[in-house]
Amino acid sequence: METFDWVLAVVKVVAAFGLLMTVTILLVWGERKVVADMQNRLGPMRAGPFGVLQTVADGLKLFFKEQITPNRSEVVVYLLAPFLAVIPAFLMFLVVPIGKPFTMTIGGQVREISLQAMDLNVGLLYILAISSVAVYAVVLAGWSSGSKYPLLGGVRATAQAISYEAAMGLALVALVVYASISDPSADTMSVAKIVELQRGSYATPGGSGLLNTLAGFVPRWNVIPQFIAFAVFGIAAIAETNRAPFDLVEAEQEIVGGFHTEYSGMRFAMFFLAEYINMFTMSAIAVSLFLGGWDGPFLDSLGGLAATGLSIVYFFAKVLAILFFFVWIRASLPRFRYDQLMQLGWKRLIPTALVWLVASTLVVAWRQFGLPWT
Amino acid sequence: MGVLGDLAKGMAVTFRQMVATVSGRGLVTTQYPKEMRQKPERFHGRHVLNRYPDGMEKCIGCELCAGACPARCIYVRGADNPIDEPVSPGERFGFVYEINMLRCIFCALCVEACPTEAITMTHLFEMSTGSRDDAIYTKTELLVQPDGTPNHMFPDDPLADLSELSDGDGWMRATAPQGRVAYEGIPGWTPSAGVGLRPPEIGQLRPAADEEE
Repeated sequence: METFDWVLAVVKVVAAFGLLMTVTILLVWGERKVVADMQNRLGPMRAGPFGVLQTVADGLKLFFKEQITPNRSEVVVYLLAPFLAVIPAFLMFLVVPIGKPFTMTIGGQVREISLQAMDLNVGLLYILAISSVAVYAVVLAGWSSGSKYPLLGGVRATAQAISYEAAMGLALVALVVYASISDPSADTMSVAKIVELQRGSYATPGGSGLLNTLAGFVPRWNVIPQFIAFAVFGIAAIAETNRAPFDLVEAEQEIVGGFHTEYSGMRFAMFFLAEYINMFTMSAIAVSLFLGGWDGPFLDSLGGLAATGLSIVYFFAKVLAILFFFVWIRASLPRFRYDQLMQLGWKRLIPTALVWLVASTLVVAWRQFGLPWT
Repeated sequence: MGVLGDLAKGMAVTFRQMVATVSGRGLVTTQYPKEMRQKPERFHGRHVLNRYPDGMEKCIGCELCAGACPARCIYVRGADNPIDEPVSPGERFGFVYEINMLRCIFCALCVEACPTEAITMTHLFEMSTGSRDDAIYTKTELLVQPDGTPNHMFPDDPLADLSELSDGDGWMRATAPQGRVAYEGIPGWTPSAGVGLRPPEIGQLRPAADEEE
């Protein structure tokens, strides 16, 4: 690698880190505000304008709090678990492109700079793998605390992760298979490629007629043909991030705080941080895979840096919509019972995802090879 | 629609409430220290010990409030009035008067029991303290000023709502006006803590006035 690539990589990672921290601060505040509005309250109002600095104040408070280590804990694992929660949350975001790539001339060379830290050709596998590692944090935190409620939370996390990761993976496989429908040789495991394939509209090139004109206004987003996969992925994503109504892992009313009961101070703050980063990352992934990522109107006519800026705006607008949905669901729905969680996972989501995968595969096969009897 | 319909219904409720709150209709909370909510007229806040308009204490140290208290949080010890400078118009006065606010349940049975309206309740409700000892209010804190204003915990706080002191407390005597000739036609309400508008009991103000009636 040349020096330039190194510098670029460092800049991207630092920028991603800064972005995620900022987003977390705003997201925690935004969630509290939206939930407050839905409950006819004001929410945080005292720290900064409209309480926007409340998260900063809370973070500072946690920073100065005593960090307790229980006597019966497995100390090494106990101390490691919070980091195991935060690091995958950061890592997962690195494959998501947040805007249109732009070109720059540096040192006489024209370079294309993509707005993602790393374009892996196995991006989706990477996402699934890292999100599975994140579950270890919860399980290990629960187990190593040496206390019964965290242990229960950890056990629940294990079961929940297995059930919903399967559904999520199957939904993504259906998407990956379907994404190759127009170009069988495309790298449909790469997030950037999937976003690229979603550009344009559903109009047939060179076609005519009213239907085709109307289809010209429908963006070529995967959510339209793959709405079942989107629904399954969405539900599984909420479960993967341990958000209500799937927050059995930390269920305050039943098992105190679940896996983070014994954590305090900065260690607790790290779990908190991880939860909100995960929420943002999952929304970003959902947007990239199903809602066209940074795609939007007028990008091609603008071109250059302006198009990149606009594409970032599109991306964040979409992510914001999904995040609002996350919060809305949290404010509306009661927590699932354990057996209901298992039923939904194994009896509904996984069969649905399987059937949908077969259906998607058949459609793609038909488009590529034609009907078997012809 | 089954499950999905129920889901949509539930989500619609929260969304509707959000729209209502954002547009300013549904909001039920206030910015507490900055703006105070209008308290109900007969709000049971902190107690005060009242005085007569001439500055005399109303409490006669009879301990009926302590006897009526279901939480046993009032301690009263009466003493004989000094002859040359009486504290209250009667024979005795409340020498020690303490209320443990940690035990008080704010039922106002003491107010009902009091024969001289000496103890009433106000709209004051900010009573947090740094120690348990401070939660025991003595006569120093309870007794109103000679001009009839109660002591406010934080009179210098810019956020303190001093209107609590003059707001009508809507306190009504348990021994209602009915059946008492002296109060015929006079409403049994006092507009504020402290001195109040109503004439004192017969025999309490000064002997000469009783003879006039």
